[in-house]
Amino acid sequence: MLTNETKVNDFVVRFANVNGTGSASANFLFTKAIFRMGIFVTPKNIFPSNIQGLPTWYEVRVSEKGYLGRREGVDLVVAVNPQSFVKDVESVRPGGYFLYDSSKKIHPELIRDDVTYLGIPLTDICSKEYTDPRQRQLFKNIVYVGALSALLDIEFNVLEGLLSDQFKGKEKLIPPNVKALQLGVEFVKQNFTYPLNIRVERRDLLGDQIMIDGNSACGLGAVYAGATVAAWYPITPSTSVVEAFSDYSDEFRTDKETGVRNVAIVQAEDELAAIGMVIGANWNGARSFTATSGPGVSLMNEFLGLAYFAEVPTVLIDVQRTGPSTGMPTRTQQSDVMEAAYASHGDTKHILLFPSTPKECFEMTAEAFDLAEQIQTPVILMTDLDLGMNDHLSMPLEWDDTREYKRGKVLSADELDQIQKFGRYLDVDGDGIPYRSIPGTHPSKGSYFTRGTSRDEYAKYTEDSDDYRKNMDRLIKKWNTSKKLVPTPFVYQQQKQSEYGFIFFGTSTYSAEEAMDMLKEEQIKIDALRLKSFPFNQEVENFIEAHEKVFVIEQNRDGQMRSLLMIELDSNPQKLISVLNYDGMPITAEQIVKQVKKNLTLSSTLNKVI
Amino acid sequence: MTYVRPTFRHPELTKNKLGYSVDYYEGALSTLCAGCGHDSISAAIVQTCFEMNIEPHRIAKLSGIGCSSKTPAYFLSNSHGFNSVHGRMPSVATGANMANRDLIYLGVSGDGDTASIGMGQFVHVVRRNLNMVYIVMNNGCYGLTKGQDSATADAGSKNKSGNVNLFQSIDLASLAIELGAGFVAQSFSGDKSQLIPLIKTAIKHQGFSFINVISPCVTFNNNVGSTKSYDYVRQHIEATATIDFVPMHSEIVAKYDEGTTAHVQMHDGSSLQLNKLSPDWNPQDRLSAMNALQTAKAKGEILTGLLYMDPNSQDLHQMLETNKQPLNTLTKKELCPGADALKNINASLR
Ligand SMILES: Cc1ncc(C[n+]2csc(CCOP(=O)(O)OP(=O)(O)O)c2C)c(N)n1
Ligand code: SF4
Ligand SMILES: [Mg+2]
Repeated sequence: MLTNETKVNDFVVRFANVNGTGSASANFLFTKAIFRMGIFVTPKNIFPSNIQGLPTWYEVRVSEKGYLGRREGVDLVVAVNPQSFVKDVESVRPGGYFLYDSSKKIHPELIRDDVTYLGIPLTDICSKEYTDPRQRQLFKNIVYVGALSALLDIEFNVLEGLLSDQFKGKEKLIPPNVKALQLGVEFVKQNFTYPLNIRVERRDLLGDQIMIDGNSACGLGAVYAGATVAAWYPITPSTSVVEAFSDYSDEFRTDKETGVRNVAIVQAEDELAAIGMVIGANWNGARSFTATSGPGVSLMNEFLGLAYFAEVPTVLIDVQRTGPSTGMPTRTQQSDVMEAAYASHGDTKHILLFPSTPKECFEMTAEAFDLAEQIQTPVILMTDLDLGMNDHLSMPLEWDDTREYKRGKVLSADELDQIQKFGRYLDVDGDGIPYRSIPGTHPSKGSYFTRGTSRDEYAKYTEDSDDYRKNMDRLIKKWNTSKKLVPTPFVYQQQKQSEYGFIFFGTSTYSAEEAMDMLKEEQIKIDALRLKSFPFNQEVENFIEAHEKVFVIEQNRDGQMRSLLMIELDSNPQKLISVLNYDGMPITAEQIVKQVKKNLTLSSTLNKVI
Repeated sequence: MTYVRPTFRHPELTKNKLGYSVDYYEGALSTLCAGCGHDSISAAIVQTCFEMNIEPHRIAKLSGIGCSSKTPAYFLSNSHGFNSVHGRMPSVATGANMANRDLIYLGVSGDGDTASIGMGQFVHVVRRNLNMVYIVMNNGCYGLTKGQDSATADAGSKNKSGNVNLFQSIDLASLAIELGAGFVAQSFSGDKSQLIPLIKTAIKHQGFSFINVISPCVTFNNNVGSTKSYDYVRQHIEATATIDFVPMHSEIVAKYDEGTTAHVQMHDGSSLQLNKLSPDWNPQDRLSAMNALQTAKAKGEILTGLLYMDPNSQDLHQMLETNKQPLNTLTKKELCPGADALKNINASLR
């Protein structure tokens, strides 16, 4: 079935490349051009755990309506990797296009009669035009971007503008790139009818939005929050958080003349050491953080228990990936919810923050430092590979210069002087949060011995059951206080409009919002709440209470957030329905709608039977 | 408990230059077994800090887990301390030091804490040349978990339950020299006259200072057949040199024979005066230090004293080029790029 209906600003292009061939920057050029034409666009990298040679895909969704989640059904595949041709041909929706390197003849078995084939001899064009083998390889990518600009009606001068921005300072690289674009355009003009029935049209939908990946936003957030010590151990997809922190530190924390730095970044020997360093630095009064992914969080468990029990502020950024174990290390998931919430042995719970946009990555990273110091406990920022490593449209990052760092209850030398007897674990204010002192502050007051062993209110070692229990109860009091300090959930409707509710968080947000629209078109109204933090506060409880059925949308197999809601709020399990995707790809609106409708029709037939 | 400390103190107890008497440097009462070597090391630390006129709040004490790692509670109660998790003291010390380069970092660990569970962190903190003093209270066993052999127990050594250790021991001092530590020494808990000048030098040394102190466990590893018992150590101990620590601006008083004297100048003007007992050993030569250790080992001797020293090594802060002003004193003014800079960043992302 061929659909010949024209689709303006509403399609998906999938690039099939070979890892390590320089396709990333060409593909980004394509995305950025659509962004600069004022249209919503969202790219997703689907890459292997490999440095060179394996297939990699880059999927770009263009959406007039502003939907930024992944969408199923690819309208056009750009296939430059013969290795994945079979899969790539399969992925085209009926009526879609298959653009490929036709320097070699395509196998007749790959010909589908419901797909339009656009053969461009990329290799031949580049072999003729360039002599340097590296250039021949690189410019193939630029040639197909040029071809796409003609096929999809992308404004050529926008592409030129992007190239001149990209090669600022290296201007002599611009003409050969423009030339490569033109080669693509020319070939299309001579061989195909263009533009296609999928195409873009300039709009002004984006206002002052920016395009940035979540990890860069986190790294920048840590710079703005005044973090001075970072310790880390490389692991995908978290590595670029510390790399961004390091790059921005080169820019903002390094004296241009002397090279003296207001930051210390240590690549640790493993994640145990990384979190140990973070705890040591925070204990000593510096703001410090680490970034890792699930396997790293597992290794950090013992230390997280120490930080919880000894009440040392700690900031940890968990960029989640597909587990368990090495799982699919370059695919996304929201599957560390349970491990992070209760990391460590004994009775421990940790504050979690769930950003869903780069802007929130920036803000919540900064906020994590405030919360960790105010509450004197670990705070874990739960982002994921999709948010962290893909570029996203985002509202511009904002910083209020009047904002002060909230350092929490830290006693100065003067304050220590005014205190009769300092008790590190005394609940002076009745909120469960004690006062702390930083080493070296006062010559004779405020020193104490920090330890993971039980102690009394004056930090004196004790194995007295009453003292131990009292301390554990104070920690719960502190936990309850934190419910008032963590970010409150976002509730979509002022008033209840439906018996059904959605609860979602993080990167499930894009598709959940789209699914709500799709269901509305079918006359199914859904209320929604987006979680931003753990512990859950009263609003979450009220929302579940108020709805007959609550769909908990998340990207893991076991419905971990649903379990957490049940454990912490004592919610009725029957009420909480899991809507899941755990194949390593970002959840789509179609998947959500399908699962929701299945549940609703099932229960309505059940009702009829009864 | 090793001793009951008399509550009465003579009012005219000697005071140091800061006006503190030695009790100002003590800690809580020890809960270790009477006679435990670790308590003697604590006492040496107290005496050292007293004699060096150190303000206790300028020291941060750090440890892992074990009887040895409990000792920071028993010295310097006017210093902040951090009893962390088993084998991970080096990372906590690294973070603390990055936050504030101005304090003295005194790490205490056991042979289990360092040579087994903490081996990874130990070798890496040496490599990074963190400016700290790292003391291992080495008793060849896991005291706190009731006497199992540790990785520093010598092959053939017998513990209290009569088990003979079958495995090769890890020689922490050799390892530290190998990994580039700038100060490496070995001592015995029963020899304060040697231990105190060594700790003094270690504190003064800019960079990683390692002291492996044989510290007998009277309860689990002080029996006949053990190579970490008081008797065995006393019978087999040899020293590289006698050592005098000469603080900055002080006169050198000790006089030794020409040819056996060695002199090490330190970065702050202090110096070390050594009376060498073995003429071939040169404290500033790694090869010679390794050779001395191996030769002693082959003869069944325990070599103590200063083993190796490089007074000019670069510590981690120097390598990272961090600000001289401690990072934990910097404020929003120095740290936050501000709203205008963010506007530029936003613009670059469009
Ligand atoms: C993760 C972990 N594993 C095991 C233990 C149990 N443990 C406590 S102390 C210790 C050994 C300590 O030996 P060492 O460091 O030599 O100290 P010593 O008691 O001999 O001074 C062990 C295994 C622990 N506390 N934590
Ligand atoms: S068990 Fe051994 S190491 Fe522990 S306190 Fe007793 S003597 Fe010391
Ligand atoms: Mg031991």
